[in-house]
Amino acid sequence: MSDAAHAHDDHGHGHPTGIMRWLTTTNHKDIGSLYLWFALIMLFAAGSMALLIRAELFQPGLQLTNPDFFNQLTTMHGLIMIFGVIMPAFSGFANWQVPLMLGAPDMAFPRMNNWAFWLLPMAGLMLMASFFLPGGAVAGGWTMYPPLFIQGGISYDLTILAVHIMGLSSIMGSINIITTILNMRAPGITLMKMPLFVWTWLITAYLLIATMPVLAGAVTMLLTDRNFGTHFFNAAGGGDPVMFQHIFWFFAHPEVYILILPAFGIVSQIIPTFARKPLFGYASMVYATASIAILSFIVWAHHMFTVGMPAAAQLFFMFSTMLIAVPTGVKVFNWVATMWKGSMTFETPMLFAIAFVCLFTIGGFSGLVLAIAPVDIQLHDTYYVVAHFHYVLVSGALFAIFAGIYYWLPKWTGHMYSETLGKWHFWLSVIGMNIVFFPMHFLGLAGMPRRIPDYALQFTEFNQIATVGAFIFGFSQLLFLAVILKTIKGGVKATDRVWEGAEGLEWTLPSPAPYHTFETAPVVK
Amino acid sequence: MSLAQTDKYYLPQPSLWPIIGSVALLLMAIGGTMTMREIDNGGWILLAGTAVLFYMMFGWFAEVIRDSEAGRYNRQVDSSFRWSMSWFIFSEVMFFAAFFGALFYTRVLSVPWLADADTGSLLWEGYQATWPTAGPGLTADGFDFTPMGAWGIPAINTLLLLSSGVTITWAHWGLKKDNRTQLILGLAMTVALGLVFMGLQVYEYIHAYQDLGLTLGAGVYGATFFMLTGFHGFHVLVGTTMLIVMLLRSIAGHFTADHHFAFEAVSWYWHFVDVVWVLLFIVVYWLI
Amino acid sequence: MKQKWQRVGMIGAALAFSQSALAEYAYNLPTPASKVAQDVFDLHNLIMLVCLGIFVVVFGAMFYSLLKHRKSVGHKAAHFHENTTVEVIWTVIPFAILMGMAYPAAKVVIDMKDTSNPDMTIKITGYQWKWGYDYLNDGVSFYSTLSTPREQIEGKAEKGEHYLLEVDEPMVVPVGKRVRLLITANDVLHAWWVPALGAKQDAIPGFIRDSWFTADRIGTYRGQCVELCGKDHGFMPIVVEVVSEEDYAAWVAKKKGTAAVAAADNTRTFEMSELVTRGEQVYQANCAACHQANGMGMAGVFPAISGSPVATGPIAAHIDVVMNGKPGTTMAAFAGQLSDADIAAVVTYQRNAWDNKTGDQVQPADIAAARGGASEAAAPAAQ
Ligand code: HEA
Ligand code: HEA
Ligand code: HEC
Ligand code: CUA
Ligand SMILES: [Cu+2]
Repeated sequence: MSDAAHAHDDHGHGHPTGIMRWLTTTNHKDIGSLYLWFALIMLFAAGSMALLIRAELFQPGLQLTNPDFFNQLTTMHGLIMIFGVIMPAFSGFANWQVPLMLGAPDMAFPRMNNWAFWLLPMAGLMLMASFFLPGGAVAGGWTMYPPLFIQGGISYDLTILAVHIMGLSSIMGSINIITTILNMRAPGITLMKMPLFVWTWLITAYLLIATMPVLAGAVTMLLTDRNFGTHFFNAAGGGDPVMFQHIFWFFAHPEVYILILPAFGIVSQIIPTFARKPLFGYASMVYATASIAILSFIVWAHHMFTVGMPAAAQLFFMFSTMLIAVPTGVKVFNWVATMWKGSMTFETPMLFAIAFVCLFTIGGFSGLVLAIAPVDIQLHDTYYVVAHFHYVLVSGALFAIFAGIYYWLPKWTGHMYSETLGKWHFWLSVIGMNIVFFPMHFLGLAGMPRRIPDYALQFTEFNQIATVGAFIFGFSQLLFLAVILKTIKGGVKATDRVWEGAEGLEWTLPSPAPYHTFETAPVVK
Repeated sequence: MSLAQTDKYYLPQPSLWPIIGSVALLLMAIGGTMTMREIDNGGWILLAGTAVLFYMMFGWFAEVIRDSEAGRYNRQVDSSFRWSMSWFIFSEVMFFAAFFGALFYTRVLSVPWLADADTGSLLWEGYQATWPTAGPGLTADGFDFTPMGAWGIPAINTLLLLSSGVTITWAHWGLKKDNRTQLILGLAMTVALGLVFMGLQVYEYIHAYQDLGLTLGAGVYGATFFMLTGFHGFHVLVGTTMLIVMLLRSIAGHFTADHHFAFEAVSWYWHFVDVVWVLLFIVVYWLI
Repeated sequence: MKQKWQRVGMIGAALAFSQSALAEYAYNLPTPASKVAQDVFDLHNLIMLVCLGIFVVVFGAMFYSLLKHRKSVGHKAAHFHENTTVEVIWTVIPFAILMGMAYPAAKVVIDMKDTSNPDMTIKITGYQWKWGYDYLNDGVSFYSTLSTPREQIEGKAEKGEHYLLEVDEPMVVPVGKRVRLLITANDVLHAWWVPALGAKQDAIPGFIRDSWFTADRIGTYRGQCVELCGKDHGFMPIVVEVVSEEDYAAWVAKKKGTAAVAAADNTRTFEMSELVTRGEQVYQANCAACHQANGMGMAGVFPAISGSPVATGPIAAHIDVVMNGKPGTTMAAFAGQLSDADIAAVVTYQRNAWDNKTGDQVQPADIAAARGGASEAAAPAAQ
């Protein structure tokens, strides 16, 4: 163990190089990059599955897949996009940015940080490998509902354990982030002076620690029902399949805010920079974020309006869900007010941020429509829901990630990206994204169920439009990859501040940010 | 809040332990899956993974202990440890919450629904909603069991764990007064209480399986019973192991009166396990 | 083709127009055929309009700002960044709007949930992958499966008008009657949904959940299973025929007649050729979804019947698998779903089709004998 020998000098040299550097690294910047690369690779993997789904749905009839393989694609697409793309990407941002923004030399627990990352590729490997096992990958939906999930073969057990490992990774990552934020701030950075990105991650980490263990419990019960003869979700033994849904959504509704709060944070950094005006309503932004997080624990059953709960329960979950529109609205209004009377320029990060505000709101509104229980009873498990969550996840979470990458890439690599290519990427993405997902609202309203490989003839046209859009959107992501690679390889040297209107500690550092930063704490007034 | 004014940051060097731990978990997951699916050699892979995990834990903890004893952990780090341990325990609380939630849900909601007007008359005729229950299907098939009584071993176990909470606090007082004998004695008693608890728990399980017909498969009562007490028992095992490490370290002269976070972390954890047990005793054993 | 682009053009137009314009094209919920569906329809329009209004106001302001407050037109940044009054205003106004939405929504919830005083009750059971209907008042029971031919799905034949939305035995109800639905499932979750009737309810194995509708108009209404239930989730449609009361009575009488004939079959002795022909039909309707029409199954998921040790080995074991299923797998217990004659026929068929040339014959009486002790295995969800 070479590391044991080194452990005795605080600033020893002779760091491992090559692959060992990445396997053993305790540097937050390295780990941040690892997270982001992992997310990007997974985006292409899960995105390719989406493209296959869309290709199959281009016309009625079965062409490319059989129904079972189709369900595998849907399930793995959902699982990987959520656990393998959005969450790791946000962790990547947290790793890079939280220490830089707080003037800390690194994360609170650098070794655990490494472990939290390296668990993910292991879980990813297990998930992807299951495609090649007898019976194929899991096909029960990312929501893993029993009894269907009890029926499957070996890949179901593998997936459950992969979820355990990813949960472990998230919990360790979150403990690290929370501790860093609470304990590693440079003198002078009080809580209410932290950049909003840090705030949103603080709350996200809290949500993760509170809900990931619940998911672990839920899938553990699935595992024992499958293999050890328990009857948690089997009525014959006094259990209830719907109980799984309650426990799952107690996790998964906060989870969707885990997938959006850091995005709110990123956008709240970007808009002030390009509006050249401080963020409007900082304090109310913080309170709104916290309110969203608190409310997120009492709305879960809006995913279950059709399971047949008592009217009182339906009313409760309907009202509480509707309430979330209030703090979310506060955020939207504050962003608009930040732009108001600013001096705006429209570089790629800002374009993505603006698209985020606008398109996320569309997704929020369709969420509100779904929150109305009687309407949800018509729309549940139709493409309307698919449209809703892709608006909040693709033009929400994913666009915010794009925005953040363009925004900080110059700081990370020391080079400016190509603005022309960036703009192409932006416009193709926005247009493509809307072509894919807007028609899905109509499909859902007209009654097309989700998770079906084949459909009735009246749904043909909108499906064709969506498929065309998906290929436009998907292939424009190759452009994104090209921009990143090009920027890493070279380009115009970035200044320290990079953006004219940028404020905050990270912009006082040289570009690229040196491998070790803030070994002594900066003082912030 | 921030202690950085007085202390320099501590930054560990690159480390192999995490990647070893990741590989260990990968092996365990693959081996576990194979074992459950009854594929040959799964058990060996599982075992290998577990061995690697233990190797990693020993190595990693040893390194941390060395760093700590070398005085490399300043107040900044100490306070990070405190935060992280608190959040870790919070995550454990939520893990148990899932199972307590399941127990609550079945007792209060799903079991009565199974016997209610429509479901009971059309699907499970004659089923009476009672608690404990093995559920309508198993009951109709003639499955029967005796629930675990509260006032035998479980009550004794409650006493044991509650006393262990006292002994560990007493040990802590000893440490703070720099009274090593009190520290070591207190720890030893706590370890002993933990071990006896586990012994009785094992005996109870054997009794349940052999005499009461109470098994994991005994409907939702059996499932919640064994999951809750089982995961709790596992936590006692982990806690006792950590206590033993603390005991050995105390004997080796580690810890000082004002610098002993490892000890405190273990005692927090032990108190948490204690509280979970009390809840368990009330809702799993007593109120049936 | 032309029509498609017309429709695309209309998306924008339809959004801009009033409620009634929204109803005209396929950009909204299907035309309601029941009061509840109508209420939901109206509720949805109301909420869409409110959202649209908010959208226009908020993004009107944003786009105005994007145009006017840009650096390239020389706008200098202001410095304000806080105002408690506006924060309170834009907290309170949305809250008030939401209250305005919540009230009508709550009324519909309460109406939807009230299943009391039905005129008739139908128990609906979801199976992988078909629906079972039991008319509790009229004593009619049957299964309803997809009737679209495989060739259409595989693209070997022209797709019919009701591709994937057609069944062999539709559910029939009288118009204007309050129908209570008791919905459950036999194996995994399903969900019963007919959009135009405004009724959707998950089917949960081992539990009964209810819903209701009153169809306002005579006609045929189509829907689908909307809860992922495995491989053929996309292939278990629902067809409800709403008919006049006289037609309904006639339908019930006819159903009872066929049921009597089927019951008589259970006590008959069949010729080998009869068994095989009937068995093939049963097989295609119930088994081919998994074991495939050619008996080859799907590697790793569904075993082949052709050459299977079970289907060529002892008859009793074969009958046992078919009647009681294999717990923990998708192989369901068919004892409760198929009649003695059908089971006898399908087992005979399996033992003589493809590579299986056992020459064995199974008669309904054999099944009746096998039922002897195990008939309660028909209890749903008891795996
Ligand atoms: C990033 C992820 C994300 C986010 C942020 C949201 C946000 C919201 N979601 Fe969504 N949702 C998902 C991801 C997300 N969702 C996913 C993945 C699913 C499907 C899971 C599955 O089944 O596979 C889902 C499903 C889902 C359902 C279940 C649908 C069904 O299956 O039947 C519902 C129902 O209530 C719902 C509601 C909402 C609401 C009310 C919000 C609110 O937070 C939105 C609030 C925002 C706004 C309202 C817009 C801005 C506000 C204003 C401009 C103020 C003024 C507005 C008014 C006064 C109206 N969502
Ligand atoms: C963050 C989450 C996220 C993201 C980003 C996406 C992105 C996309 N999603 Fe998906 N989606 C989900 C989360 C997400 N999705 C979830 C949770 C579900 C529910 C699952 C379930 O029901 O269980 C779902 C379900 C879902 C469905 C419904 C399937 C069904 O019900 O059967 C569809 C259908 O169109 C779809 C489409 C798409 C498309 C076209 C994209 C596009 O944005 C993808 C863009 C494509 C790329 C980015 C890939 C680019 C690749 C190439 C250009 C090829 C090059 C190849 C190589 C280099 C190898 N998604
Ligand atoms: C939902 C899918 C499904 C349907 C429908 C289905 N089966 Fe099966 N069947 C299975 C599966 C899965 C197995 C394998 C069970 C196991 O693992 O032992 C199986 C096994 C069998 C076997 C034993 C074969 C062997 O070699 O082990 C027979 C015989 C059989 N089914 C007959 C039938 C008949 C007859 C029908 C229709 C009346 C039918 N099946 C419908 C899924 C199905
Ligand atoms: Cu039945 Cu989906
Ligand atoms: Cu939700």
